[in-house]
Amino acid sequence: MSETPPALTERERPREQWSGQLGFILAAVGSAVGLGNIWRFPGTAYDNGGGAFLIPYLVALLTAGIPILWLDYSVGHRFRGAAPAAFRRLTKRAESLGWFQVALSCAIAMYYTVIIAWAASYMVFAVNQQWGDDTAGFFIGDYLKVADPGIGFDVVPGVLIPLVIIWVAAIAILALGLKRGIERANLVFIPLLVVIFIAIVIRAVTLEGAADGLNALFTPQWDALTDPAVWIAAYAQIFFSLSIAFGIMITYSSYLKRRSNLTSTGLVVGLGNSSFEVLAGIGVFSAVGFMAMQQGIDVSETSYQGVALAFIAFPQILSLMPGGSVFGVLFFGALILAGMTSLLSILQVASAAFQEKLAWSPRKAAIIVGGGIAVLSIGLFSTTTALNVLDVADKFVNEIGVVSSAVISTLLVGLVLRRLRELQGHLNDRPGVHVGAWWRFDVGIVVPLVLAYILVSVGIGLVRDGYGGYPEGFLYSVGWGVIGLCVLITVVLTLMPWRHNPDEFTPQVLPELRQPVSKGADR
Amino acid sequence: MTPLAITFMILSMVIVWGGLVVSIFRLRRDGGYEDEAPHDL
Repeated sequence: MSETPPALTERERPREQWSGQLGFILAAVGSAVGLGNIWRFPGTAYDNGGGAFLIPYLVALLTAGIPILWLDYSVGHRFRGAAPAAFRRLTKRAESLGWFQVALSCAIAMYYTVIIAWAASYMVFAVNQQWGDDTAGFFIGDYLKVADPGIGFDVVPGVLIPLVIIWVAAIAILALGLKRGIERANLVFIPLLVVIFIAIVIRAVTLEGAADGLNALFTPQWDALTDPAVWIAAYAQIFFSLSIAFGIMITYSSYLKRRSNLTSTGLVVGLGNSSFEVLAGIGVFSAVGFMAMQQGIDVSETSYQGVALAFIAFPQILSLMPGGSVFGVLFFGALILAGMTSLLSILQVASAAFQEKLAWSPRKAAIIVGGGIAVLSIGLFSTTTALNVLDVADKFVNEIGVVSSAVISTLLVGLVLRRLRELQGHLNDRPGVHVGAWWRFDVGIVVPLVLAYILVSVGIGLVRDGYGGYPEGFLYSVGWGVIGLCVLITVVLTLMPWRHNPDEFTPQVLPELRQPVSKGADR
Repeated sequence: MTPLAITFMILSMVIVWGGLVVSIFRLRRDGGYEDEAPHDL
């Protein structure tokens, strides 16, 4: 009988790697392309100048989106770790910033999964259009059984079952590891998502009234360009849709091979994400135009954003259109695929961080960390209070938590530690687009200023005006509560000892710092 | 659709999708070294 080889310890186990650039690009695009691309971008563009929104949107992509992507890539790739290890190797005091990003990822994963579960239910409902004529009543009353704002534990079985299934699937993929799990899943999911979405868009643009929707979306309102709120909306859209500044791109880039092209890859990922947003805008507003024409109303009177777009407006559209059942299955299938690829990346942030700190295997981390988040997610979000809790938690985690994390990380790397030159050198020491000195000014000054403005204005608005008409106590306990909890988790996880010393690591010596070497010794 | 809306729709598609195509070509041209050096933690 053959002897079973002993299990490798963390120190003996080689760090996981993507099999190549394609695997990384698909995973990074899969992370960036999520539910927000489908239901946030079209409405944001329409509300902020229509066709004219293209100008601030592209400016934001080029001055914030891609530069922060490069920042995340350079930190993760140079210091070869998930967010806590990477930031610690930048400077020991910054480890807590990494754990704050891990805590935010855990919070997002908890509620993000339940939206995928709703999409799974609606994929089944679409077969016979079970929502009937009153789609809002069906979603809020019959399906979610929404109770008054608060935190309750009355379970909704119709949500519980798909939620458990989604969690089991996500943890199973995560447990297979980077190459066999996340990379393979994205290799299948992303092309499938693109094909399905193109089919949906082709059907949508051929519907009667589609032109009215597209007119509404693309007709430029030039006066919007003089409104600072429109520019802030563009920066926020780019920022929230690219999966930046909460550990995902740091973690993913840490698995790239040493000499990988980082800058051109960043351009492909950033523009790939925006390409999908434009496609979604065309599809969504064609469908909304069709619905408005069928109901004899103006496009501006329809629901075109967020949960209401996906689970209230779209079922109405599907009920009105020929072949609605087939396209309903495809639409909600697309939401599941877009959501799953993003969810896997969010979970990997936490899984990788625990693998490194506690020397766990990918499987152990997936089961313990993923399982822990799943239990909390199922407990909180399979209930009658889930919709309101989700709405408030999402608002605070994204607009306070993630934006704070971005402001702190850009200020820390740029102004406090002054390490942008080193990171620029790291980016330029590889094949790809050359990054000029403008990047340091942009990431060190412009980006933190714009994001700090967004953070302060959102914070003041939340304190002064509240949000969504929710009771103040509910906003404080759920909204500010989740931010406080993330800070508490950050402190605890930072104080937890490392199983192996993460500081036994020397970053690659950059060309300008290298000693002269014999010809051929250096690549 | 109005000519103005068509113009902006085409402009969006050309800039964003065109930018993606150009960046993919750029990545293919520049490539990347595919070393297999083992990595630390």
